[in-house]
Amino acid sequence: MDIRRKILTWARIKSPWIIHFNTGACNACDIEIIAALTPRYDLERFGVQLKGAPRHADILVCSGPVTRQIECRLERIYEQMAEPKFVIAVGTCACSGGVFNGCYNIKGGINSVIPVSAYIPGCPASPKAIIDGAVKLLASLKK
Amino acid sequence: MHDSHKFKIPMGPQHPALKEPESFSIALKGEKILGVEIRLGYNHRGIEKACEERSYIQDIYLIERVCGICSHSHSTCFIQAVEEIACLQIPERAKYIRTLIGELERIHSHLLWLGVAGHEIGFDTLLMYTWRDREVVMDLLAELTGNRVNYAINTIGGVRRDVSEQQALDVLKAVDILEERTKYYIGIATTETSIIKRLLGVGVLSHEDALRLDAVGPTARASGVTRDVRRDDPYAAYGSLSFDVITDNHNDVYGRTLVRVKELLESFKIIRQVIKDMPAGPLSVKAPRKIPAGEALSRYEAPRGEDMHYIKSNGTEKPERVKVRAPTLANVQAVKHMLKDRYLADMPIVIAAIDPCFSCTDRLISVDYLDTNRKQIIKWQDLHAYSIAWHRRHGIDFTKLNKETRGAGF
Repeated sequence: MDIRRKILTWARIKSPWIIHFNTGACNACDIEIIAALTPRYDLERFGVQLKGAPRHADILVCSGPVTRQIECRLERIYEQMAEPKFVIAVGTCACSGGVFNGCYNIKGGINSVIPVSAYIPGCPASPKAIIDGAVKLLASLKK
Repeated sequence: MHDSHKFKIPMGPQHPALKEPESFSIALKGEKILGVEIRLGYNHRGIEKACEERSYIQDIYLIERVCGICSHSHSTCFIQAVEEIACLQIPERAKYIRTLIGELERIHSHLLWLGVAGHEIGFDTLLMYTWRDREVVMDLLAELTGNRVNYAINTIGGVRRDVSEQQALDVLKAVDILEERTKYYIGIATTETSIIKRLLGVGVLSHEDALRLDAVGPTARASGVTRDVRRDDPYAAYGSLSFDVITDNHNDVYGRTLVRVKELLESFKIIRQVIKDMPAGPLSVKAPRKIPAGEALSRYEAPRGEDMHYIKSNGTEKPERVKVRAPTLANVQAVKHMLKDRYLADMPIVIAAIDPCFSCTDRLISVDYLDTNRKQIIKWQDLHAYSIAWHRRHGIDFTKLNKETRGAGF
């Protein structure tokens, strides 16, 4: 790995900016993602910051099963993100569709639309699990 | 002014000010909002239909996931309707435990809202403070039910977990801490000039409009409407508890903030009574697997307002029809009214002030034209007209029958 790539990876791991997108979740995972960002759990100590625009973000944090309405929006947001980009699926629904599998308006898990880098199961995934997943994703970038 | 000064801003479905995917189309003239079109449906998962294909016990699991924040509200509301159809008398202790979890949920939801409201007006310290304090309730819920969100404490005929003496003490201890913090927030909300300036007179909904538009919950109560299902149509243990229905006459976002923080104090009062008066006894009665045919409408005062569930059963183990009317759906019309002629900059806090929960609310009819890849959203009236025309082409025509019945004096 040349020195330039090394510096880039180091910087990326130290400041992974995230964007949160609810693809049809019941809010449970969303409030747990926000709880992970607030003082008790404080995901920001790993340099994680919540951003509003897809173009500023490195990691797309999705929660919920993909509804047919949101499907094309999810694709568009993913396309708008700059490379290299990563996707975290938070919650059982985002991982596989979960309890909503078989509903007429549900496409399935996040991976039925865009590639996913990390899966965090749980209904809802607890803030601890979210931190664990985020840290594991960052650790995998080192390699 | 020339027409070109008017323009439309699309907002959402992904937008930093919105936590959930909703789309607003805002017609503007300069900075002023002329009108707002709200497009729902990004979160629509088809839960009502899915309930018809699952058994009642499976439905409880599904109904809890209508909304993660007020999951206990939805599951209790659903179960109350089922119990009414099946004529089940649930034990007193179960009623008190349901009330306890319901009030803890209200505390976590109102604290969450206070933080989000702080975030929307640019007061992020308040967000961090309230969410830190909210963790006290989350710990309690995790201790009592086993999960931080989506508690799964309800079952048909009662509750699934008991509250031990140690847990009751923990609840009282946590309530003391939270009460002190809430008094601090009430102090901030009533004395901090920047908060008052930002919220006072914003998103006005007069008393008459609140009644006319059928607003519910804190949104209605902040416009002086004394409407609270807990008092008007007591369920669970509320009939034997004493508490006040908080109202306010500010009619604006400031009033809604005051109503919510003061409701927190009422919740503490209720929880103390529940712990004190909780009778001993069994947790649940045996419920039949097949629910007899019948129908019931159940009401519940969720943190955001009145939640309504209608269930029609047909004697099998699956319901024939489940209908959910979540509080946000009742408040959406009021939001359109509140935003009219206001400034664009006030929009996030006005929307946030009803504490919207779109995962509860979303319903929409969408048609995808597979052959041309064209997508179209159609309105209910258009769908109605379309369905009549389609059936007419297929030989089912009511035109003649309509004329005949009209002639017969119907």
